[in-house]
Amino acid sequence: MFAFLHKYASLMHFYRLSARLAPWLTALTAVLLAGGLVGGLALAPADYQQGDSFRIIYLHVPSAWMSLFVYMCMAGAAFTTLVWRIKLAEIALRESAPLGAAFTFLALVTGSIWGKPMWGTWWVWDARLTSELILLFLYFGIIALDGAIDDRRMGARAAAVLTLIGVVNIPIIHYSVEWWSTLHQGPTVSKFDKPSIDTRMLIPLLVMVVAFTTYYAAALGARMRAGILAYDHKASWVRALVRGRSPEHA
Amino acid sequence: MTPRRKRLIVILLSIAGLGIAAGLILTAFNKNLMYFYSPTEVAAGEAPQNRPFRLGGMVVEGSVMRQPQGLTVWFTLTDFNKEQVVYYEGILPDLFREGQGIVANGQFNETGVFVASEVLAKHDENYMPPEVADAVAAGKAAGDHTP
Amino acid sequence: MHEFLAMGGYAAYVWTSYGIGALVLGMMALGARRAERKALDALAEDLAGDDDDPTA
Repeated sequence: MFAFLHKYASLMHFYRLSARLAPWLTALTAVLLAGGLVGGLALAPADYQQGDSFRIIYLHVPSAWMSLFVYMCMAGAAFTTLVWRIKLAEIALRESAPLGAAFTFLALVTGSIWGKPMWGTWWVWDARLTSELILLFLYFGIIALDGAIDDRRMGARAAAVLTLIGVVNIPIIHYSVEWWSTLHQGPTVSKFDKPSIDTRMLIPLLVMVVAFTTYYAAALGARMRAGILAYDHKASWVRALVRGRSPEHA
Repeated sequence: MTPRRKRLIVILLSIAGLGIAAGLILTAFNKNLMYFYSPTEVAAGEAPQNRPFRLGGMVVEGSVMRQPQGLTVWFTLTDFNKEQVVYYEGILPDLFREGQGIVANGQFNETGVFVASEVLAKHDENYMPPEVADAVAAGKAAGDHTP
Repeated sequence: MHEFLAMGGYAAYVWTSYGIGALVLGMMALGARRAERKALDALAEDLAGDDDDPTA
């Protein structure tokens, strides 16, 4: 098992695997997005209370979920960076941050637009919204910190420390609606209870969550491949790879 | 032990330490993070008397009284234990209606009336199409009538 | 079709959200693709430079 992992900690092997998977991931993402959007915008029935405005859920929930998921991936990469100093983890950490920030931004904006007609306000400082906003600032902080340090490896390590410090925010965001009285409602889909959402509305939602995950994987893959080339630019496998590209693609 | 093992322990301890620190800070700030007070807490005197605060509860059926002219409305919020009457002048959100969860931002005036400056609708985490909602409501009504 | 676009009266909110969503996801994808292309192009230039002057 460790031999397998060790092989893919190698930049070259990861690059090759990622490049091979890329077109599949892209195709899968496109199909899932199309299916989820058709399901969410057209096929799912309107909500008895919120009417068609609830359809914003098909963007809001997947983004919010990804904002947390990406951060947890970064936390894993951060831990690996600090303990084992694996370059691939450093690259994964650095390249994930802007993607996580984008998802967080989207979650906040779609939530705000949804809140205006339903709650009656664009924003409230309740525990859920406030902690998600803090997450956005955390992402910005990680990106800024890494960018401010010239040495790539030191920058990654500093970013890793900040990432791990901020990880305490993730359970806070998740449990905020249970620990405190918030305007934001509780979870609709949770691990232990039957989901409190009609199946016809739930399926496109799950499809969109998976679609966003494969979207992240595809985008991260491309960014990581770019990062690997930058780290390993003197390696012979990289030079061979670049030489192998036909002139039309340059 | 190996330097890597030492690094691992230091990092794990740091994370644990930060987690504990965050937990302590949060419990200290708990009161400020409560987004709204319930009618029971208000009745127990836990809500501020001279400052604005947020009151949350469900609108009691039949308690909504609108004035014929203008936007003035009275309604009662309950947490199924205690109740609190609210006075509000302004536009109510789309979701406002009896039986709905509401958060009212306001304060007690000199005569002990809770005057809201802002009324927000809370909605629960349930999503269903109208026919299912009707079926649920019908089921509940039938349940009420059985001896 | 008209009903679909009207979104039960919430058209402005729904379509603005999806517009911003498309924008954000689009920028994510384009940014990723550009990053990869830039890295490969920069390396190709680097190598071309080497080939021109093997004694450098």
